[in-house]
Amino acid sequence: MTAFIAGPNGTADFSDTPLWLSVVKALFIFVYLLVSTLLVIWFERRVIGRMQQRPGPNRNGPFGLLQTLADGMKSMLKEDLKPANADSVVFTLAPLITATMCFVSFSIMPLAGDVTLFGHRTPLQLTDLPVAVLMVLAVAGVGIYGIVLAGWSSGSTYPLMGSLRATAQMVSYEIAMGLSLVSVFLYSGSMATSQIVQAQESLWHFIPACFAFFVYVVTMVGETNRLPFDLAEGEGEIVGGYFTEYSGMRFAMFFLGEYINMFTVAALATTMFLGGWQAPFGLPDNGWWGLLWFTAKLWFFMFVFVWLRGSLPRVRYDQFMRFGWKFLIPTTLLWVVAVAFYVAAKNNWFGGPILQIAGRDYSLAVLIVIGVCASLVIVASWILGDRAERRAAERLPQIPVEVDPFAGGYPVPPLPGQRLVEPGAADDAYAATKEVSRG
Amino acid sequence: MADEQKSPGFFAELFAPIAGFGVTFSTMFRKVVTEEYPEEKRPTARRFHGRHQLNRHPDGLEKCVGCELCAWACPADAILVEGATNDDTPIEDGGAGRFSPGERYGRVYQINYLRCIFCGLCIEACPTRALTMTNFYELADNNRADLIFTKEQLLAPLQSGMVQPPHPMVEGLEERDYYLGAVTAATDAQRAHVEEQSMRHTQEPTEEVH
Repeated sequence: MTAFIAGPNGTADFSDTPLWLSVVKALFIFVYLLVSTLLVIWFERRVIGRMQQRPGPNRNGPFGLLQTLADGMKSMLKEDLKPANADSVVFTLAPLITATMCFVSFSIMPLAGDVTLFGHRTPLQLTDLPVAVLMVLAVAGVGIYGIVLAGWSSGSTYPLMGSLRATAQMVSYEIAMGLSLVSVFLYSGSMATSQIVQAQESLWHFIPACFAFFVYVVTMVGETNRLPFDLAEGEGEIVGGYFTEYSGMRFAMFFLGEYINMFTVAALATTMFLGGWQAPFGLPDNGWWGLLWFTAKLWFFMFVFVWLRGSLPRVRYDQFMRFGWKFLIPTTLLWVVAVAFYVAAKNNWFGGPILQIAGRDYSLAVLIVIGVCASLVIVASWILGDRAERRAAERLPQIPVEVDPFAGGYPVPPLPGQRLVEPGAADDAYAATKEVSRG
Repeated sequence: MADEQKSPGFFAELFAPIAGFGVTFSTMFRKVVTEEYPEEKRPTARRFHGRHQLNRHPDGLEKCVGCELCAWACPADAILVEGATNDDTPIEDGGAGRFSPGERYGRVYQINYLRCIFCGLCIEACPTRALTMTNFYELADNNRADLIFTKEQLLAPLQSGMVQPPHPMVEGLEERDYYLGAVTAATDAQRAHVEEQSMRHTQEPTEEVH
């Protein structure tokens, strides 16, 4: 493992990084993201194709690798339409906001540990802040302005509805996302991404913060407007959502922004939960090796995005909102409280005796916190599961065992488990004799 | 009851909500069903109705007798036939030549593939098996004229043992013998005739074009 040199305020050490090197790194990140976007669009279409037993794009270049480039060229040469009702300044500004803001978050992602670049020893990270992760959330919040303004400035109904949906989605899922990250802050004791990566040296956070990881993965899909949460685009319902009126290069910018946002949230997930650039199984991750592991983890999330898109239909809007507000936010809040107690107990802020079990030290307070949490979860799932079962049973319609198929005036087939009353047997006399003979 | 479902196992029930992910994941490793058409052409069914072909007798004479039954049978009115009489007068004496055994032959034969529906009624109508269908299906073009196939395009190529008509029938045989399988290849006399005609043709170019 690389020796980690901490700079001031617990951030990465940039003392040996001249300004021009930062420019080089910014350029590197820009190119890295653009190339990744070119690849991921091809990757997505190929993988979805395979999931549907078809080859996917395979015409342009080897294995169709140049497909995205061809699509980009098409977008550039396409006629740039603008509706008569559109507010032309905002209409142009909106895709610019989306396409530029998506790059900003990547400046704090640690792509690798300390590397030697042009004779300078510098972390492969553009910059670091004591509140780096908060900056990602803030930038995501600004990025949504692009979507909102696009919908508003189009001067058209469906884009406006799409942008409103996007706003509601952002507001409700950013809360759960922020809360899920809080438990990571508690575990690593820092909001600087480099410190969070360093804190995962022995154990990646996705194990101790498994629930937060789950919540983050759900919310990151919601955050990027991807299936199954692409309600803001919802082709079947609101044409194309906020970018309905866009075409040509302006549309391509939204497209670019969406895919780079995918990389941003995936990079954040990698950094927060999967150990960032650190290698699994003690493989080498010093210097440039870190970039490999970081990229590999990033692409794992890309595959998850594609897999989700290939497997799930779009959720209904009310279900989506109910899931966000009534499940994700309260449970994540409880999780944060539980983690806070656990961390406090682990740091021995409660005091209490230290127990020796199987040769290892365990604080009694930690054991009590874990025990209380586990029993609460079991009791809650028991009560809630029982209630859900009861409600489901109440909701089931009462199905009679025997039905008269002609009761409604025309023949209907029986439901599973139902028997048909013969048309002739429906009259009472026959039914009565049947009862007698049976009895 | 018959339609009662048997209860799934513990693990099947546990993972039922996310079983769809398994379906998509495993599908990735299944064979792609797409046909890479222009690069890989798959053979059609053996009796696929493709482009027509005008067949020949084993000595090279055409089987078509110009009866127009195919044209009459065609529901799409895609076939045009104009018959003409075979002429055994020597060509140097002004004869038109013999193209098929018997009395008549198809002088003009056209199939319009913009109209043809490939139903095969023409093949059923043909009394001499002159008209059959191949498996060739790449019948697309960018103009209408090229999709009207003429007799030269539709005629089957000469196989070994055949010589290009016009030439006389096999000596000593009559038309019905052709259908009884008496002819297996062009005779020497037929070959000599065709060679003589071609020599004459190259020596003195004819003024009148048929």
